[in-house]
Amino acid sequence: MNYLRTVWLHLEKELRLEFRSRDALMGMLFFTLLIVVVFSLAFDPTSQPTLARQIAGGLLWVGLLFASTTALNQSWSREMRNGVLDAQRMSPSPPSALFLGKALANFLFVTIVEVILAPIFFIFFNLHILGQSSMLLALLPLGTWAIVVNGTFFAALGLRARSRELLLPLILFPIALPALLAMISAATGILTGETEPQSGLRILGIYDTVYTTVSLLLFETILSAE
Amino acid sequence: MQGLKKASGIALFLATILILIIGFQKAMVAPVDAQQGEVYRIFYYHVPSAISALCFPYINLIGALGYLYFRRKDEIKAAAWDALALAGAEITTVYCTIGLVTGSLWGRVAWGIWWTWDERLTTFLLLWLLYVSYLLLRRFSPPGQTSTLASVLSVFAAVDVPIVYYSIRWFRTQHPSPVFGGGDGAGLDKSMYPAFLWNLAGWFLWGCIMIGFRLISARRERLAELQEAI
Repeated sequence: MNYLRTVWLHLEKELRLEFRSRDALMGMLFFTLLIVVVFSLAFDPTSQPTLARQIAGGLLWVGLLFASTTALNQSWSREMRNGVLDAQRMSPSPPSALFLGKALANFLFVTIVEVILAPIFFIFFNLHILGQSSMLLALLPLGTWAIVVNGTFFAALGLRARSRELLLPLILFPIALPALLAMISAATGILTGETEPQSGLRILGIYDTVYTTVSLLLFETILSAE
Repeated sequence: MQGLKKASGIALFLATILILIIGFQKAMVAPVDAQQGEVYRIFYYHVPSAISALCFPYINLIGALGYLYFRRKDEIKAAAWDALALAGAEITTVYCTIGLVTGSLWGRVAWGIWWTWDERLTTFLLLWLLYVSYLLLRRFSPPGQTSTLASVLSVFAAVDVPIVYYSIRWFRTQHPSPVFGGGDGAGLDKSMYPAFLWNLAGWFLWGCIMIGFRLISARRERLAELQEAI
């Protein structure tokens, strides 16, 4: 109970800070929008509806992955500036609560970006869902959490590294590739209706469970790394 | 004691060289493949390095776990375990690279293309990417934290390998089905076994010896760093 309260306090602090400045949200929104536009120009999907359906899932996730990497780096550097990490190290509260609060806040921000951008994406790519659209309700949170949980962890891991903006994608992308593959296969299954999205969703579920556990267990180690 | 260690190390090294020479001789006189001709002989180098590349990541994981265990208790032991993790990751990367290069050379002749996004090739490429990112993290991370951060990443990578392996199996294929422990048509022709097993043993031992050499040099570096810090 105490643990959940600490998580909630961290989450509340994140939300309050973010809604004062809205830097991360605005940045991610515009960045993902730009990626959608760039890809649309590069592939011209409206004239080839079948191709658009086949590649749209991948493009959306790549855009979100890039956007979240830029925002995730920012989210920890604020803590560095204000000395929150040192305070956390001295306080008796469990470090994984800090991580969980941060990850949940980032999850909410990316979800907001998805909810705003999904309709625009559908219009730009002229998409019609041919499969089970209700599966999107399972796919979006699972896929977002897969990016966010590892992204938050590795942003903290590379926090004190030199060239940390470069380091995060270098570590995050290889680790996230199975999740990306599962997300793309499930999204393509939903959009085209040709394959079942369930196996992709199952892998995402396994991936999320395993990495949430590993991150929670190892976060203390990287917070107090000297 | 030190002299005995050194002598057995040299004996192992010479034995490995001998095994590799026998393996080379057997591979060159093994009967020619009916479909592929002489080019199939790359099999004797491609498959042993690929199998070894799948074993060495565990050495990296063992080293990382050992480091995390001894981190607060015994700095000198921790440094030795970390050196083992580094050696494991470097040799994994080398063997992965050999597997990828020999594989695409063979693929160019056998299939007519250098690369295809087949499950086996993709998993192998991801293994390579994971351990390159591990080595990059070691290079980029702040001094003093390198070992801890790298050990944490090593645990993540070790968890990722099975997920990658199974996820790709379920999804999508050109690479031949598993030769060992596979279904119908699996297994080698009897005439190929001697050459294959000699080479497998030789290249695996060679990798272990390289890990040993790297372990010794990396441990010296770590200890020198520790001494400097004191």
